[in-house]
Parts: sequence; C-alpha cells; structure tokens
Amino acid sequence: MENNHLVSYLLLAPLAGGILLLFINKSKENFIKYFGFAFSVITFIISLFLYAGYDTNKGGFQLMDKFNWIANLHISYHVGVDGISLLLVLLTTFLTPLTLLSSWKAITSKVKEFTFFMLMLEVGMLGVFVSLDLFLFYIFWEAMLIPMYFIIGIWGGDQRVYATVKFFLYTMFGSLLMLVAIIWLAVYASAPLGHFSTDLIELYSVGPTIQKNIQEWMFLAFAFSFAIKVPIFPLHTWLPDAHVQAPTAGSVILAGVLLKMGTYGLLRFCLPLFPQAAITFAPYISVLAIIGIIYGALVAMVQKDMKKLVAYSSVAHLGFVVLGIFALTQESIQGAVIQMINHGLSTGALFLMVGVIYERTHTRELSEYGGIAKIVPIYSTFLMIATLSSVGLPGLNGFVGEFLILLGSFKSPVLNSWGYTIFATSGVIFAAVYLLWWYQKIIFGEVKNPKMNNLTDMNKREMFILASIFVFVIWIGVYPSTFLNVSAKSTQNVIQQVLPEKTVGFNNNYHKALIGDKAW
Amino acid sequence: MLNNIQEFYNILPLVILGAGILVSLLIEMYFNKSEAVLPWVSIIVFLASGFYALATVNSISVVFQNMLATGGNVNVFYFIFTFGAAIVSLLSIDYLKKYGTYYGEYYLLIQCSVLGMMLMAGAKDLFVIFLGLEVMSVSFYALAGINRKRLNANEASLKYFLLGAFATGFIVYGIALIYGTAQSTSIDVITSKFTQLQHNLLFDAGVLLFLIGFSFKIAAFPFHMWVPDVYHGSASTIGGLFSTGGKAAAFSAIIVMIGILLHNTIGNIFEPYLAVIAVLSMFFGSIVAISQTNIKRMLAYSSISHAGYMIIGLAAGNYDGIAGIIFYLAVYTFMNLGAFGIVALIEGREEANLELKSYSGLASRSPMLAALLAIVMFSLAGIPPFAGFFGKYYIFIAAIKAHLTWLAIAGVLSSVISVYFYIRVVVLMYFRETETELTLERSNTGLLAVIISVLLVIVIGIAPGSLIGLITSFFR
Repeated sequence: MENNHLVSYLLLAPLAGGILLLFINKSKENFIKYFGFAFSVITFIISLFLYAGYDTNKGGFQLMDKFNWIANLHISYHVGVDGISLLLVLLTTFLTPLTLLSSWKAITSKVKEFTFFMLMLEVGMLGVFVSLDLFLFYIFWEAMLIPMYFIIGIWGGDQRVYATVKFFLYTMFGSLLMLVAIIWLAVYASAPLGHFSTDLIELYSVGPTIQKNIQEWMFLAFAFSFAIKVPIFPLHTWLPDAHVQAPTAGSVILAGVLLKMGTYGLLRFCLPLFPQAAITFAPYISVLAIIGIIYGALVAMVQKDMKKLVAYSSVAHLGFVVLGIFALTQESIQGAVIQMINHGLSTGALFLMVGVIYERTHTRELSEYGGIAKIVPIYSTFLMIATLSSVGLPGLNGFVGEFLILLGSFKSPVLNSWGYTIFATSGVIFAAVYLLWWYQKIIFGEVKNPKMNNLTDMNKREMFILASIFVFVIWIGVYPSTFLNVSAKSTQNVIQQVLPEKTVGFNNNYHKALIGDKAW
Repeated sequence: MLNNIQEFYNILPLVILGAGILVSLLIEMYFNKSEAVLPWVSIIVFLASGFYALATVNSISVVFQNMLATGGNVNVFYFIFTFGAAIVSLLSIDYLKKYGTYYGEYYLLIQCSVLGMMLMAGAKDLFVIFLGLEVMSVSFYALAGINRKRLNANEASLKYFLLGAFATGFIVYGIALIYGTAQSTSIDVITSKFTQLQHNLLFDAGVLLFLIGFSFKIAAFPFHMWVPDVYHGSASTIGGLFSTGGKAAAFSAIIVMIGILLHNTIGNIFEPYLAVIAVLSMFFGSIVAISQTNIKRMLAYSSISHAGYMIIGLAAGNYDGIAGIIFYLAVYTFMNLGAFGIVALIEGREEANLELKSYSGLASRSPMLAALLAIVMFSLAGIPPFAGFFGKYYIFIAAIKAHLTWLAIAGVLSSVISVYFYIRVVVLMYFRETETELTLERSNTGLLAVIISVLLVIVIGIAPGSLIGLITSFFR
C-alpha cells in the first residue's frame, strides 16, 4: 500500500513547533504566543487536508503511514484515520488554537513553558487518535499525561498539586493494567500470526478468536483504563478536582478532547478486539453509564462552583456517549460519535465562558453572580447559546447526539430493554434543570455583588473564539449529515466486527425524519 | 594461553583498562598535578575500552582455556560498564572539590572496579566470576569510604564491607557445592551436565546459594539492608557507580549462571525463588521510598525496586528475559547516572542540599537542571516516551511469554506506587516555592555528563530498536 505522510505531518507540525519554541528567548512572550498559535493553526490546516483526502464513501482506515520502528518486536509506526478518528482529530486541531487564543491574557507567567506544553499535549492527543499500533497508541496515551500534569500543576488553582497528582496516578493506574493486556494480546497473537504483533489491524483478526473467559479479562483491563479516562461512574472522582483546578485552557482541552480519548478507546479497541466480552458486559456498563447520567446531573444541580457544575455535567454527558457505544446499534454509535464532538464543543464553550468571566471577577462561586444580563449583554447572549447547546435544545448540536443515542438504545439488540432509554431520558430533563438554573443564577435576578457593576463585556478576541465554536454548534444542530456522513461507514464497521451475524441496515424512518433523506 | 593474535584483539577492552590502571598508578606516583590529569586519563581509557568493545561486538570467541568469553552481549556489558564509569569520572572532576577530598586512588579504584565488572560479565568459569566479584567489591568498599574524615563514609564503607563479605561467603559456598556435584567450575561443563544435575539437591542448593549471594549485590529484598546507608554515606558520584555499574555487573554474573537454564527445555526451576524476591523487592522499594526525605535514600530504595523489575526477567528465564535485563540495565545506567549526577551537582559542601526539600522551587532557579531531573524522574517512573518505559515493557513481554502474567501485573502495580514518589520530586521542583536558599556551584563537566545521560535516555526511548537489535542478535 502506498504510504501517505499526511497524518505524520499532522503529528510533526505541533512537535516541530514545540521543539523550535525551546530555542526562543523566554522574554519574547508576545512572539511566543503568536508562534504557538501559528503552529496550532498550521496543524488545523493540515487536518483540513486530511478531511479533504478522506473518502467517506469508502470508509475504513485510510491515509495510512507505516514503517518499521522496532523491528525485533514487530512494532511499527503505523498511523491512519477512519471516520471516527478523523472527526476527533478535527475537534482536537480546532480546539487547540482556540484554547491558546483564550489564554492570551489569562496566562501571564511562564508563557514559553505553557505554549510548549500545549503543543506537546496536542501531539499526544492527535497521536492517540491516529495510532494504529497498540504500542504506539500506548506511548501517546501515557506521554500525554506529562504536559497535562504540568499544565494543571503550574498554572492551576490553589489545590492544583493535589488535583494534578490525583489525575496522574488515577490515569496511570488504569493504563498500566492495559499495558499488561496489550502485551498479553501481542504474545497471544504470536501463534496465529507467526510473530509478536501489536498492529491493530492484524489484531482485529486475532482478538475475536480468543476464548471468551480470557476475552473478558482482556476487555476489563482495557475498559478499566478507558473508564477512568471517560470517566464512567464510579471512577470519576478525579475529574471535578482536575477540572476545577486546571486553568481555562486546561479545562477546555481536558473536557473537550481528553475525555473523548476514553470513549474513543472503548469504540476503537474494546469493542472490535473483544466482541464477545463486549456483548457480555454491555448491560453492566450501560447501567453504570445511566447511573453516571443521573448522578452527574443530580450532583451538578447542587454545585456552588461554576467549574464543578460543568465538570459534573461532563460526567452526565459522557454517560450518554458510553450508553450509545454499548447499545451497539448504528444509530446509537453514530450518536455517540457526534455526541463526543458535541460535548467537546459545548462543554469547551462553557469552560471558556467561565474563564472569560473568571478573568474579570476572579470568583467562580455561583452565589456571587446574578443580574449581570444588563451589565454584560453580549456575554449573556453567548452564555445562553453555550448553555442551550449543552442542554440539547433542538436546532443546536446537543440534541442530535442525544436523540440518536436514545433512539438507538431503545431498539438495541444487546441491551434488549426499554428501561435503559427511559432512565437515560430522565437525564435529559435533569440536564435542562441544572443548566437553566445555572444560567438563571448567573445572568438573571438582582445584582447581589456590587463589584459586578463594573464588569466589562466580552472583547473581540473572546467573541471570535466563542463565535467560531458556535458556527459548528449550529451547523451540527441544523445539518448534522456533514459530520454523520464522515463516520457512517466506520461505525458500521465497528458493529459488523462486534455483531457479525446482524445485518446492518440503516434506513430507519426516525432518521429520515430527523435528518431528511440525505445520503448517510 | 592465547592461541593467536585475534584472541588478543578480542580481549583488548580488558587489556586497555589494565594498562590504564598501570599508567594511572604511575601518574599518581610521579606527577604532582595528578588531580587535573587523572580524571581525563580515566575517561579516555574508559571510552577507548568501551568503544573498542562496541566495535568488536561481533568477534565472539572463548579465550584463556575456556575462562573468558568475548564479543556478543559480553561486549555490550563492557560498554555499559565503561561508559557509565566514564560518566562518573566526568561528574567527579568538580564534585570532588566540593566533597572536600581528593585522593589519587579515587580514579584508580574506579578503574579497578570496572575491570572486576568486566571479568564477571565475560566469565566462562565460576572462578573468574569470583575473581571479578572480589576485584570489584574490594574496590567498592574502599570507594565507599574514600573520604576517611567523614563519619558517614566510614559507616558506609564498613557496612558495605561486612555485608558484602557475608554475601561473598554465600557465593563461595554455592560455588563449592556446584563444584562438588558437577566436578567442574566451567560453565560449559555445568551446562552440558545440567539435565542430570538438576535433580541433585546439593547442586540446586549450590545454585540457590549463588543466587542468594548475588541477590545481595543487586540489592534485592530481603538482602537490601546495606543499600540506603551505603548510597547515603558515600559520595554521590560513587553512589551512582554502585547503583549502575555494580548492579549491572552482578546481573551479568547471574546471567552467566542462569544461562545454563536457557539450553534446557525443562523450564526454570529457580522461578519460585526469583519470582518471590522480584515481587518483594519491587513493592518494598516502592513503598519505603515514599517515606524518604533524603533524595539519595529515595534513589536507594528506588534502586531496590528496579532490581525487582529486572529479576522478573530472570524469573521468566527466557531469551527475552535476558535481553530485557541487558536492555534495562543499559537504560537504568543512564537514568540513574543522570539522577545521581544532578544530585551531585546540587549537593553543597558538607553534604548540604541532599534533603528533598532543597529541591523545592528548583525550576525557577535552575530551569535546566529541573528539566533534566524531571525527565529522569519520568523515565525512572516508566512513563513513555522515555527509555525507562521501554525497559519495563520489554521485561513484561518476557514475563508474559513465560506465562508469568501475574508477575507483570505485580510489576505494573508497583510502578503505580513508584510514580508517586518520582513525581513528588517534580512537584517540589515545579509547583512549590523555594524553601531553602541554595547556591549552586557551577560545573560544566558535571552538567555535560548529566546532559549526555539524559540525551541517551531520550534517544533510547524514542528509538530503542538499535539497542534491542544489538542485544538480541546474539541469541540466535
């Protein structure tokens, strides 16, 4: 097969930016900011080429690049994208420049280090999404912890050290068990393949042949690691700490991209590699997902800290994604994929909005706010769009994902019960409750805090950042086919890998009602 | 004796070092400014010997009537020892001024100890192992107490000597039992008789005693008691040498011995012993390291824990295990020399700044050192893309191939524990404010040594293939 280096360029661009950055004098802060931003924009442009080069009608892994890396152990540098990872790559490259832009004024100390770590983080995140070798994937998965650890630890809030160490240890614990499973799988594959192999595409053919009880152990080792990252209830306790303590840019990347790595991992590794185990565990994980949806929503209702509220809302939203993945119907998985993007956009937007106001007031206590609608009308409008997008208002992005997931789980052959959908739907209502409350507490009512009277409204830079996110919020809400088409073939592949006996058709009337008769 | 000139070339690494020792002795005796010359002489000798060994890695032979092996992984070990010792010498130049003592013997003893290590790695006979061990150990005992005016150093030296001698007793007793049952001390003979011998209880006891003796030397639990005191008491540079070269040499001797198992299909009969001490070392080292406040003691416990990981490779007892250990030792040498090197650079006069709290806020005062130490810590913790990760990965592959998945799981659990104390150093350096004022004495040579080590940690981490290729090519 012809090697295509486009994906490698995608990884190299931020890496080169980060390394070059080390040679710039740290006192030239402005230049460093532009420099980092420029490289993240270059990365975004490369990812657009990737989008242009990907043939959605063909589906599957494309634009692959492969060469022997550690020949003795048959480990190769093997990268490529399919529809699912392509969307997540686009999300990453889209959010990174925006977060750099958002920290233009917020990060005042150690600008060089901050920009460096952000670019390294981008390399790590992109690497996770494009790796087609389990070893390579693991390297990126772990390496990415280091920049995030520093971003929270250096530029975070008062409890940052506690939060960042907790984040680090939690993730490390989960991923090391996955490492053992990866090696076990590679050793197991030596027999059928004739050599030790960590190549994902080769392992796709080996994984399903493993005995069921061993598959279950393997599945658990992988799923545990991903579940911590997602996070699935009850492994979510690191998330609120990390979110609250991280600087705005850190929170946006954490919520926007890092959590998706967990759900992406479930979809890319757990399901296709261990299909029988996935079917066995699907009901249990779905129950945990639903607990997460309801628990996250209920806890979010009583939060006093703005960031904590958004953090718990993430637990709830990611619960939908996990439910969608394990319902194992095309609608639900398509919904899960689009919901991953949605969550990245709308939660990213919410964190950015919190950051905008925090820069001015230096408080995130909800009780300090109230009645700022008249003082900062533009901010109030933007916050409303972000909030409603998170609520899942029809016409905005959140609705599409949740609707598809609920629809898919309703007729899921694996879960085989309406109960899941009924409980999950209650989560949608709860989401409306806590998010509308939060909006009301911040924007409406009387001005409780006289300091709020001096608030300045959003500046052009901030408006630009949020507006560019809202373009996609509305785009996905109104015409999701652009994005659903990209992943349609790939999600279909996942289902065929897990449920080979089912015929996967996609001509459901509900869908036509939702998105019209456009080609999927 | 040597049969031809080719064999002479094959043992040239040892000859170079031996000649170096004599030249250094003369310089020390007749040259007044030996302090300025000797370190560079040692470095040149080490590098010449090491790179020659690397260049002739393919000339595999057995010389001196089946006493010494040359080429192959023996030469890889030579390179690890000499390169590590060269870095130690480079670090020592400025460190010794701070440490307040200079004796010409210092470099001489380092050279002698490396010669001992090389004899152990190349041994084809139990006596050569013993000879090498004693050359190395006696030099080490003296090195530990090189600053005879300091109480700590004397304590370290004496402790090391007493426990080391005790361990040697085990080894000699083991060799005696092996000789008694196999009627030979030649490794080749023992290997060929192994199938019958392994049912002989006395023979098994002999090998076990041999392994126990070397468990002292590699600092495995429960034979680790000397490690923290010795590392703490002796000079930081010497601590670096003990934990890298010394450990690597002891492992090379065990590998020579364990090699007899590889040609048999029966499996590893010493697996239970090795597996148990592997698990105990890993967990004990990681858990106790958490409570340390002195960085050298912390590194000592971390060294116990790392010995545990490497013993997993021995327990696996397959080619991947052995290759994994050699790879791990190479990587560990660079990581630990980086760590001890930075400790040596930061250490003040009169053993100041060895407490962990001296490292708080280091990133703002010396960003370069902080970044280097952070990389070393992440690598020791086994976080990719640094080399330490790949070392563990390789060892775990060996364990799983040998159906010891539980040992790999124990390994990763202990890794998680160890991450805590490694990243605590990073927390102190980057996330805390300065607590104690510290004046860093500039040392360009010391910094160079650390940078070389850290660069190797990064390069091997990103491209481990060539080193693995080198090691494994001799197993086929």
